[in-house]
Amino acid sequence: MAQFIDMPKLSDTMTVGTLVKWLKKEGDVINAGDMLAEVETDKATMELESFFAGTLLKIFSAAGAQVAIGDPLCAIGKPGEVVAAPAPKTAAPAVATPVAPPAPVAASANVPKPASLPAVPATAPLAPEPAPTVGRVRISPLARKLAAEKKIDVTLVNGSGPGGRIVRADILAAEKNPPATKAGSGSTFTGGALSSRGPVQEERLVPVSTMRGVIAKRMLESTTQIPYVYLDIEMDAGPLLALREQLNTGLEKEGVKLSVNDFILKACADALRRVPAVNASWEATHIRRHGAAHVAFAVAMEDGLITPVIRDAHLKSIFQISTEAKSLGKKAKEKKLVPAEFTGGTFCVSNLGMMGIPKFTAIINPPNAAILAVGTTVTKPVVKNGQIVVGQTLTVTLSCDHRVFDGAVGAQFLGALKTLLESPALLLV
Amino acid sequence: MPQITYREAIRHALAEELTRDPNVVVMGEEVAQFNGAYKVTDGLLATFGPTRIVDTPISEAGFIGLGVGASMLGIRPVMELMFWSFYSVAFDQILNNAANVRYMSGGQINCPIVIRGPANGGTNVGATHSHTPENVLANHPGVKVVVPATAYDAKGLLKSAIRDNDPVFFLENTILYGDKGEVPEAEYVIPLGKADVKRVGADLTIVTYGRCVIHSLKAAEVLEKDHGISVEVVDLRTIRPLDFDTVLASVKKTNRVLIVEEQKPFASVGTQLAYMIQREAFDHLDGPIHRLATIDAPAIYSPPVETEQLPNPARVIKAVLAAMA
Repeated sequence: MAQFIDMPKLSDTMTVGTLVKWLKKEGDVINAGDMLAEVETDKATMELESFFAGTLLKIFSAAGAQVAIGDPLCAIGKPGEVVAAPAPKTAAPAVATPVAPPAPVAASANVPKPASLPAVPATAPLAPEPAPTVGRVRISPLARKLAAEKKIDVTLVNGSGPGGRIVRADILAAEKNPPATKAGSGSTFTGGALSSRGPVQEERLVPVSTMRGVIAKRMLESTTQIPYVYLDIEMDAGPLLALREQLNTGLEKEGVKLSVNDFILKACADALRRVPAVNASWEATHIRRHGAAHVAFAVAMEDGLITPVIRDAHLKSIFQISTEAKSLGKKAKEKKLVPAEFTGGTFCVSNLGMMGIPKFTAIINPPNAAILAVGTTVTKPVVKNGQIVVGQTLTVTLSCDHRVFDGAVGAQFLGALKTLLESPALLLV
Repeated sequence: MPQITYREAIRHALAEELTRDPNVVVMGEEVAQFNGAYKVTDGLLATFGPTRIVDTPISEAGFIGLGVGASMLGIRPVMELMFWSFYSVAFDQILNNAANVRYMSGGQINCPIVIRGPANGGTNVGATHSHTPENVLANHPGVKVVVPATAYDAKGLLKSAIRDNDPVFFLENTILYGDKGEVPEAEYVIPLGKADVKRVGADLTIVTYGRCVIHSLKAAEVLEKDHGISVEVVDLRTIRPLDFDTVLASVKKTNRVLIVEEQKPFASVGTQLAYMIQREAFDHLDGPIHRLATIDAPAIYSPPVETEQLPNPARVIKAVLAAMA
């Protein structure tokens, strides 16, 4: 009797997984513990392990397919055993992506792969029909017909109807005042060889990746459901930079290389201990105060970002935090984080200092109640003891969920953070 | 042109047809000696005598069955239901027998019966006396269903109904009985299956019938004056056969639709219209098809609440504004 391997639930928010590639092919002998395939969840790419031994009889989901949790991926059994694809267990996949039948392995090498997306010539007008799955334009049937008649690109028209639906009036307005086209405006400037440099990029539709979809959903949830309050504080970064220099030079042989962000993570953990109301979550009928400070930090990835978590940061030294942050950051970039490493944070730090941004506001990652946005250290004139001197400052911005705590509490937290970072020796004890 | 009531218009139609065709008879509870429960048949007994104007027992299954049988033998009975709500007592006679007999007999037997009476809510008579069964009736192939809104339409349509060789169900309205309208003295008939554009407009089409035509016309005045919205009101007049061409032409002109009906919303006349409109005019719609119906509950006994349960001009205005969003 063949064993069916189903799409497992690999993260707490996962509903579908993308089958990135098969590591085995039909007919291969499988030992228990062999890795069968790579599966991309909403957060990470993970390897799918076989708990069964036998022959890989049949693959049901081709590479690239999005498969709902519980739907069959492949069957393992005795050689020659015939298996039929079982009906998907889910009523309807959350994301309907047709699953291509697996190509015969022997022949596939000679068959040219069709491009996943047809290339659209940059000069061709966009068809007024809705895009099949991505970026569907909300438009009334009448407006769609009118736009086709008047050759108006509906993707450039803003809808004034409910939910942004494009209605007749919008098309008539667009006809009178044509929207700027994607190819360029009506400017007559033709300076030099500008035109020969071609378009900014090839006009194309990029499918929304699982991670992109999760980011979109959660950020929208956050900005639409949370009443925000933002608090800035500027601090003297001189002592922090000096201490960092001392430690990194003095402990170079021990392999210590602390970043500014390591100090900030440590300072956040300590400040959360001092102002624990910030270390909380809104749960509608009550507020959950978290006993531990699990401090997450945002890591940019090629197509999105992820927030690995320093667990129990309130119990760890800056050196432990630094080592852990480095390791998590590396795994994040390689998409190798396991769910336990990027879930369960109670507070988050987003740092764009290395990109030269002096100050910004970050979007809270629910169910956190706050996120700290960290800017770059800026060299500028400051007043010290009544004298204008050259100083180094750092500005951080706390985005707060006003349901959970008020501005004054946020200010206390930032005050504690400032005290710690301006007297950074406190972070070593 | 003289102004007469909706009630008088129906009476005139009956009198004219009784005079024109000796096979026409009027039967029902209290239609003769009491001159009609709602005085629609007032004076007809005195003019036409007891063989033409016949009182029946309080037994819809019995006297409607009598009428159906008589119509198969060449009589043209006009049966009065004191309330259309009682049609269900004679469901088999009306919808199993009358509706199917021409088809079942291969065209050998016609059933030229008219069943008429009031079918409306809004008069505090309770849930069992307030049914509006035009959707149930019209669901049956082989029948015709008429719901007039004005005195003029009531007279012209009833005369056509009496002359028609199929069962025609004529649904009146007790609240409209006293409404006056211009009705010519000269004879006229209005063909069944012809809608009437009661008000010309440009921005939105209200498809409606019966008393909701009156509500819609009142609402249209306010919408024009206060909101600058030009509403076209299409009165179906006949639910079946349905003059869909007129509806379609109007929708293609205004591109937005609101259906208004004194009907429970589930599987109503409006649901059928909505299906047909989206099917035939999809590319002409600038917004979803909207509908205003009776709130889905048994007719509410409390008069102020019943007023809100039914479509009324204020609810029509609100619905038009929503449909124009």
